Amino acid sequence: MNSRKNSVDRIALPGRRKITDLVVRTLCLVATLLALVPLLSLLQFVIVRGAGGLSWDLLTQLPRPVGEPGGGMANAIVGTLVLVGLASCVGIPLGITTGIYLAEYGHTRTARVVRFSADVLSGVPSIIVGMFVYGLMVVTMKRFSAVAGGVALAILMLPTVARSTEELLKLVPTSLREAALALGVPRWRATLRVVLRTAAPGIATGVMLAVARAAGETAPLLFTALNSRFWPTSLDRPIASLPVQIFTYAISPYEEWHRQAWAAALVLVALVLILNVAARFFVRHRTDAR
Amino acid sequence: MAADTHETRTANRGDLVFQRLIVVGAVVMVVLLAAIALELTRESRLSLSASGVRFLGSTAWDPVKELFGGLPFIYGTLVSSFLALLVAVPVSLGVAIFLVELAPSWLRGPVGFMVELLAALPSVVYGLWGIFVLVPWLRGGVEPALARSLGFLPFFSGPSQGFGMLAGGLVLSIMILPTIASVSREVLRAVPNWLREGALALGTTRWEMIRGTVLPFARSGIIGAVILGLGRALGETMAVTMVIGNRPKIAASLFAPGYTMASVIANEYTEATGDLHLSALAEIGLLLFAVTLALNALARLLVWRVSRVAVQGSRR
Repeated sequence: MNSRKNSVDRIALPGRRKITDLVVRTLCLVATLLALVPLLSLLQFVIVRGAGGLSWDLLTQLPRPVGEPGGGMANAIVGTLVLVGLASCVGIPLGITTGIYLAEYGHTRTARVVRFSADVLSGVPSIIVGMFVYGLMVVTMKRFSAVAGGVALAILMLPTVARSTEELLKLVPTSLREAALALGVPRWRATLRVVLRTAAPGIATGVMLAVARAAGETAPLLFTALNSRFWPTSLDRPIASLPVQIFTYAISPYEEWHRQAWAAALVLVALVLILNVAARFFVRHRTDAR
Repeated sequence: MAADTHETRTANRGDLVFQRLIVVGAVVMVVLLAAIALELTRESRLSLSASGVRFLGSTAWDPVKELFGGLPFIYGTLVSSFLALLVAVPVSLGVAIFLVELAPSWLRGPVGFMVELLAALPSVVYGLWGIFVLVPWLRGGVEPALARSLGFLPFFSGPSQGFGMLAGGLVLSIMILPTIASVSREVLRAVPNWLREGALALGTTRWEMIRGTVLPFARSGIIGAVILGLGRALGETMAVTMVIGNRPKIAASLFAPGYTMASVIANEYTEATGDLHLSALAEIGLLLFAVTLALNALARLLVWRVSRVAVQGSRR
């Protein structure tokens, strides 16, 4: 490769160089189009098949036994909201705290270790987190529970929230911090009331992306929240969720369940897309304001 | 940060309390990572002492007879991830180069967003799509065609089953594509503009500029991006479980069903009957954890290096 580039006589062939350039540019364009094909196909199928299976019953009824037509997955929709809510209660405050630490006190060796751990933790497969929470909570409590599911999702949210909070706090100009401190405000109040508030829209974006991610997680819930055919009554009981329900229905042999799986996928994808687009809107809004 | 220069905090009690609280919060991250490692080791102790390293080389997996060998799963994970890289790396590099170097600026935002959307969709939805769209397509069209044209190769022999290694690898490739593409895009963006300008000023074409200056500069970061993608492929569970066929046998043909480490955990962990079975699954989990941990650490170091060099370069 290099020898060809260095040899002088090739430079005398502008036509060939132009053609190579054109070929590579076209290949890059083709690659980009190719990457969008699965996205479009997936969205098309989820929308078309999902809309076919969507009904009022699906959103308001409990699942029925196999063979009985109708029924829905209202309990799974509620379950997903409960699980994501639980995860957010733990994951968001802890993640933001960690982000503040990394951005505002981030030059020590401890901070470097924390930052590295966050990066590495975000790459740990979600199923491993499920196994961990299973050993930690399900075995000790002797039952699958919504709380265990929430904790598993919180662990998965944590690194994303922490790192995005850190990045956004770093963008806050130092002059703002200095101005607050110069007015005699203690540093903790300056951090919370000035720095954090300035970065709030951006942090909200990171949080929403993390929540969207958690809402679609399936693997860790298999060992923690398990599944249920009933309305959630207590947080220390197994609870249904949309992703687990989609999984169960998709691998089942029943036509009716497949139809419901697509409909549930439409609901889940809509939830995830809304969160993503909203997150996007926040960012744009913020840059416009500047 | 800069506020350190104002030594106001020495006087303030609230600051001390606040800082302590925040440190405690942050250390949770480190504790978690250590706790996961400890817990998995504890759970897999039984299997580690029963079969030890032989576990990795044994192909027998029969929970009823209490025979546990991890090789079929390790093989399945490696082959499906390798297939995924084979497809995803060229495509995602093309996407990254297109987005940073070639696309008109009005196109960059929307296309970048769509690629990121690919990463945002839940794994289980990919699995659903895989079962009902990708697998029938492979079984009815792609696999027979491959068998006709390349059937003399052992990878493309045997009956077209749809559910198998090829389906698993393809679903994985779609799922890791956005990871590799977006990290590479960040890395390419970190390449200082004066390098590009310098090359173009020498009369290079755009591709010569990219190949001669941008890619060499970004090389280690791109390798980091690929390793991050690999880490994701190794640990990806649901979509693969739904399309790979879940049979613990090693087969040469990519059309044949296989099994991955993450899939066997997903399928058997809650239904494991014996302690040894549970422990063997935990050992697979521990191995998976160790490998993804090492890959992620390596990838982060590589990506960091590019951005640090880029920062130093622009200050020079």
